[in-house]
Amino acid sequence: MYKKRFDGRKFDELRPMEAKVGIIKRADGSAMFKQGKTIAVAAVYGPRELHPKFLQNPEEGVLRCNYNMMAFSGSGERVRPGPSRRSKEISYVTDKALMPTLNLKEFPGTVVDVFIELIQTDAGTRCAGITAAAMALADAGFFMRDLVSSVSIGIIEDQIIVDVDKEEEDYEKGMCDMPMAFMPKSGNITLLQCDGYVTKEQLKKALESGKNACNKIYEVQKMALKNKYQGELK
Amino acid sequence: MNLVKNHIMSLVNLGKREDGRKLDEYRKPIKIEYGVSAKSAEGSAKVFIGDTEVIAGVKMEIGTPYPDTPDKGSLQANVELLPLSSPEFESGPPSIESIEMSRSVVDRGIRESHAIDLNKLCIKEGEKSWTILIDIYSLNDGGNLADAIGLAALAALKDAKFPNYDKKTGKIDYTKHEEELKLKKIPVSITVYKIGTKFIIDPILNEEGASDARLMITTTEDGRVCAMQKGGIAPLSFEDIDKMVEIAIEKGKELRKYL
Repeated sequence: MYKKRFDGRKFDELRPMEAKVGIIKRADGSAMFKQGKTIAVAAVYGPRELHPKFLQNPEEGVLRCNYNMMAFSGSGERVRPGPSRRSKEISYVTDKALMPTLNLKEFPGTVVDVFIELIQTDAGTRCAGITAAAMALADAGFFMRDLVSSVSIGIIEDQIIVDVDKEEEDYEKGMCDMPMAFMPKSGNITLLQCDGYVTKEQLKKALESGKNACNKIYEVQKMALKNKYQGELK
Repeated sequence: MNLVKNHIMSLVNLGKREDGRKLDEYRKPIKIEYGVSAKSAEGSAKVFIGDTEVIAGVKMEIGTPYPDTPDKGSLQANVELLPLSSPEFESGPPSIESIEMSRSVVDRGIRESHAIDLNKLCIKEGEKSWTILIDIYSLNDGGNLADAIGLAALAALKDAKFPNYDKKTGKIDYTKHEEELKLKKIPVSITVYKIGTKFIIDPILNEEGASDARLMITTTEDGRVCAMQKGGIAPLSFEDIDKMVEIAIEKGKELRKYL
């Protein structure tokens, strides 16, 4: 039985969070999100013309997310620069996680680029990236239906845990890792992945824990956005 | 662009700049934060020069020494101008600009000054040696990325410690770091830009676009030059180069104090 978490957190406790909006001046929108030792930065550029032209959609703008780990940000050896199978897939699901919040019908033929860079990693990187990217999109001034908050839920020896860190991810007897992204207002899921065994009943509970965790993240995101714009009003 | 260029040129001719600085004055503040990726990297730092922001991290691995230098470790630098940091940078394989910066500012500057004793990186001659990998990324391009990149690489190296290495098992424990990687020299790279007949340093974006030639000059604390790279289309006279090197030596002293 997994009775006590390695870092002493309660089972439903998130790691300390920090969020800041507007960190990259050249970008149209940007944000930093720190979850424990995982640090993600995101920048949004666009809508801007999409090249090559055949990629354009005449009906609506295209969202293009790019997830990348900096070469020094992994544990152990250097991460080889450039896209990998892993980073391509994460970019792809990040796209799908954020798209439901946007309406790009006003911007046909364009692209909205979202660049996510990981500076330091301690598991939960795709989630931190999505959380940061959602703030960056809001900072860029897009009309959004909702925000997206994201967290990873784990199951270790039948115990549901929230916000998995690297030590837990590498738990020697195995575990189930379930990254999810959640739209706090509508209550819908925009990303769900699962690595490992989970029963139907556990899944229900895990999603419920994830929802509660995402609501806490949502508060941090809102605060960061307000901090920037309230600051500007003064 | 020509309008902006003319404007910048006429200002510089009068010894003035758009943001009110002197021709040979850096933006303020210049700030260095160490250990910004302390959990992951062996050494790391962020550098801020005005609005320009750059991050660097050092990783250390064990490899086989090159056949021509069996008693030495090696050093490799890689600069990426991230599309996250400017609307002008594109995704994809490294641009020629970023390759030039990797090679001239970091690779050449640090290697040719012998800032790191490569002999000390050798573990067993011909068989095992440390490889130092420095990766530098632009986070916000507000002009003069080159100098910020050089400074960030140095700061990350200064921050670096070897991961614990077990000679018996040959395994590296990346969770523990003890021995510092010492820098023998501090080779600071300053890029001097020529606009019209005048020289400026630390250009903002408009000024970068208005310049026709530049010289990246790396100097060490003893006032010697250890690396150079000319850029831009306009040719430089012998007198130009003399003046530019003088500026780089002076300004190098100033920048070195931040490390």
